[in-house]
Amino acid sequence: MDILNALVAILNFVVIPAAAYGAQLALGALGVTLIYGILRFSNFAHGDTMAFGAALVILITWGLQSIGVGLGPLPTALLALPVGIALTAVFILGTDRAVYRFYRSKRSAPIILVMASVGVMFIMNGLTRLVIGVDEIRFDDGARFLISVQQFRAWTGLSEGLSLRVSQALTLVVTALACWALFRFLNRSRAGKAMRAYSDNEDLALLSGIDPERVVRLTWIIATALAVTAGTLYGLDKSFKVFNYFQILLPIFAAAIVGGLGNPLGAVAGGFIVAFSEVAVTYPWRKIATYLGFEPQGLLQLLSTEYKFAVSFVILIVVLLFRPTGLFRGKSV
Amino acid sequence: MAEPYLSATAMRGGYGKADILNGCTLTVDKGQIAVIVGPNGAGKSTAMKAVFGMLHLREGQVALAGEDITPLSPQERVRKGMGFVPQTHNIFPTMTVEENLEMGAFIREDDYRDTMAQVYELFPAVADKRKQNAGELSGGQRQQVAVGRALMTRPSLLMLDEPTAGVSPIVMDELFDRIIEVARTGISILMVEQNARQALEIADIGYVLVQGANRYTDTGQALLADPEVRRTFLGG
Amino acid sequence: MSNTRQAEAVSPWRAPVLFLILAALFLAEGSFRNALFSGSWNTALAILNMGLISAVMALGVNMQWGYAGLFNAGVVGFLALGGLAPVLVSTAPVQGAWAAGGPRLILALLVGLGTLALAAQVWRRVPGLLRVPSLIAVLVVGFVLYRWLFDPAVMAIEANNSARAGNIGGLGWPVLLSWPVGALFAAAAAWGIGKVALGLRSDYLAIATLGIGEIIVAVMRNEEWLSRGVKNVSGIPRPVPYELNLQNDPDFVARAAEWGLSPAVASGIWVKLLYAGLFGAVLLALILLAELALKSPWGRMMRAIRDNETAAEAMGKDVTRRHLQIFVIGSAVIGLAGAMMVTLDGLLSPNSFNPLRYTFLIWVMVIVGGSGNNWGAALGAILIWFLWIKAEVWGPEFMRLVTGPMPAGALRDHLLGSAPHMRFIALGVVLLLVLRFAPRGLVPEK
Repeated sequence: MDILNALVAILNFVVIPAAAYGAQLALGALGVTLIYGILRFSNFAHGDTMAFGAALVILITWGLQSIGVGLGPLPTALLALPVGIALTAVFILGTDRAVYRFYRSKRSAPIILVMASVGVMFIMNGLTRLVIGVDEIRFDDGARFLISVQQFRAWTGLSEGLSLRVSQALTLVVTALACWALFRFLNRSRAGKAMRAYSDNEDLALLSGIDPERVVRLTWIIATALAVTAGTLYGLDKSFKVFNYFQILLPIFAAAIVGGLGNPLGAVAGGFIVAFSEVAVTYPWRKIATYLGFEPQGLLQLLSTEYKFAVSFVILIVVLLFRPTGLFRGKSV
Repeated sequence: MAEPYLSATAMRGGYGKADILNGCTLTVDKGQIAVIVGPNGAGKSTAMKAVFGMLHLREGQVALAGEDITPLSPQERVRKGMGFVPQTHNIFPTMTVEENLEMGAFIREDDYRDTMAQVYELFPAVADKRKQNAGELSGGQRQQVAVGRALMTRPSLLMLDEPTAGVSPIVMDELFDRIIEVARTGISILMVEQNARQALEIADIGYVLVQGANRYTDTGQALLADPEVRRTFLGG
Repeated sequence: MSNTRQAEAVSPWRAPVLFLILAALFLAEGSFRNALFSGSWNTALAILNMGLISAVMALGVNMQWGYAGLFNAGVVGFLALGGLAPVLVSTAPVQGAWAAGGPRLILALLVGLGTLALAAQVWRRVPGLLRVPSLIAVLVVGFVLYRWLFDPAVMAIEANNSARAGNIGGLGWPVLLSWPVGALFAAAAAWGIGKVALGLRSDYLAIATLGIGEIIVAVMRNEEWLSRGVKNVSGIPRPVPYELNLQNDPDFVARAAEWGLSPAVASGIWVKLLYAGLFGAVLLALILLAELALKSPWGRMMRAIRDNETAAEAMGKDVTRRHLQIFVIGSAVIGLAGAMMVTLDGLLSPNSFNPLRYTFLIWVMVIVGGSGNNWGAALGAILIWFLWIKAEVWGPEFMRLVTGPMPAGALRDHLLGSAPHMRFIALGVVLLLVLRFAPRGLVPEK
């Protein structure tokens, strides 16, 4: 029974990757849930917003790198991030003005807005590929590991190694900061409370003198910032490939629905729930089982990694079957 | 006689092609409690919404403190001193009581903490639960929060659309007591009510509307004593 | 769904005229050889065939959207399921595959489905505190049993002649039989997902169908025992003669010479014409059935529900059940199209099932053609497909024109290479424009 090694293996292969992935999903789900709560539709273009923003960040990063600007051990992309957010936000506000505002003023059914977001998705997908191509891109630089496997083994003398990549640590830190800032904004500031009020009871909010266009603008800006950050962190952690960002739409929606669509706290919780489930279900537990004294026959992998997205889908189905409003009560179904 | 504080005269209009209001007139003096009663479909809520500017009047005028406010939007009328408590969906359920009051004061640019303290004094039951989500309160307490929210702009005229709809008799008495307290602070009240008898008991002036037009207008006590009114609307 | 449902009078000539224009485009494609058209009848007919299949897909989607207002974002999955049918029904049985693990596999699948059914019963029947533990117990035991049966069976089948086969093969029946089977596969999946996701908000159905689409395609990509995954299944039998056989047939060669065509070209044209006839017949039959259904009491009830769901419910109509019916039928049609597509290609390539290409392109077809109108959906499908294919040629041509005066360099090259992505941008713009300015489409609902 080698508990220490088992623990380290669990940390290294399950907990740390799932936490980083969960943070990325949380940021994505936060954006989706805000848009749902305030603009009242599921934004199918969110994944491609993440891709588009990340693509802009990559271009700016390349530009910075070519003139020798760096950030030491941290990825240069962090410097490019604010600019990428600003540019993407301008574009998204433009799509709101050109596309969604019309349907808002007509009080169209939500499904029409969803369809319109599919159109926006196509355009952003095409633009992203136009701007940066379809190949896989790695744009992380700076130090790679915070703790490398060799360092860990040297410190602890254990046979099982643990590595903590800078991108993973960065993801967790940035996500924590972003969530803290967002919740503080929503709960303490006048504009944030106005957004919550508008999401809660639109007519009463209008009656109270809350400016709907201002709320809508803020929502898009915040959601875009979250999306671009999530997209950049995801790209730093794994790699940038446009198709991945369409695929990640499903886990993000699952996370938002699990937590309760329209509920920011739920989105964060949902992100981690989906991520941990995905990783735990597709991880071959054989090694851990061996450490714990068992002698397993097969790999002990519940589902192969190709079916990662099936996990979020199953979670989604379970939630829809048993508790459609989500864990933390979201907007009514 | 001094000019009435609120003067809505000869209102004619509706939501679509058909008129719901047919020459309805309502006046409220400063500090008065005015109650609108009548059978179902008489246009009571419609009349109040017209006073608040939520529907377009074909004919008629609304004046507040002598000033013609007919072309103003509801938000602008709030700025002029009107307050409105809708019948349903009148609170922010996932926000705390205190946040509800804050939202009520949204258009104010000055310090509204005194007003909040006054509201808590008026509604002590609600003050105890100020950090709770408004949606978790009982029906009567939610109505109190709704009224408190409207009071945060320090209106000079508070309009309530069926405030006691769906509450138990004890809660209704409590609510009416609160409303009288509010009126005592000098705020004029205009109220639409289904519970005609109890409402008229506290009314300084009562309007009985039938098919969008004034049928009887008198003090609350007088209407209660009138055998015609008693027979047709109050069940004898 | 447009909010405007007034019976705005649209000229009854509109549809026939549009169809004539479409026909003219195809004729031009076959006849003229210039920068715009290829002048090849083979190309024109190839585009037509895929267009006809797309029309069937659009018909299915239109039923779900136009009759019931359901947004199915997982069309690609139902298509793929339908495409599986020709493989499982018509390809030749693989030697030794069945012996290797066939019965065990079937048993595993039965256990899997049985577990789900049992779980549903447990949830419904077992009371109180016992409910959740019993459910979990059933699911866990069922899953373990399923894997214990399934894994070795699959490994054996995949190991059997893995270079040439490695899959379970098919029944060897005529390929036309596989078409209704494909419809059945898709209908079954639709029933499952519909039971769960219908009756909820429309966004939820969209997301749930997005998921099921991805899952189905992932299964096809990975379960090699079923579909050979990335190795593809080729050599799927076809209902029409092979070109090579025609070219070796002296009668056929003689007839081709009468028309002034080489054997190669003539065989290609003849085969495609046969397919066109086949697909066209299926399409017309489906449109006919759909139109009959629309005019029937059932169809009127469907539209009443769609137009005012609350009122219909108040009248006692079980809206969710009706929605399920439509969802299943529409998905069956999509599955049929999938089977037809794989038959035309003679190849099942799981990797080619790209959601952007299959789900969302079909949606644009339905919106542009006219949601709620069967002829409109068919028209929209063939037209959009034609434009989509031609855009591959016209796009770069247009780019060449635009960048002509530009100096040679990186930007010019980049723009020239960007033409494929422009297709997607153009598609998005078309969808947005039609949704906004012509929401009822080219041929609106009557």
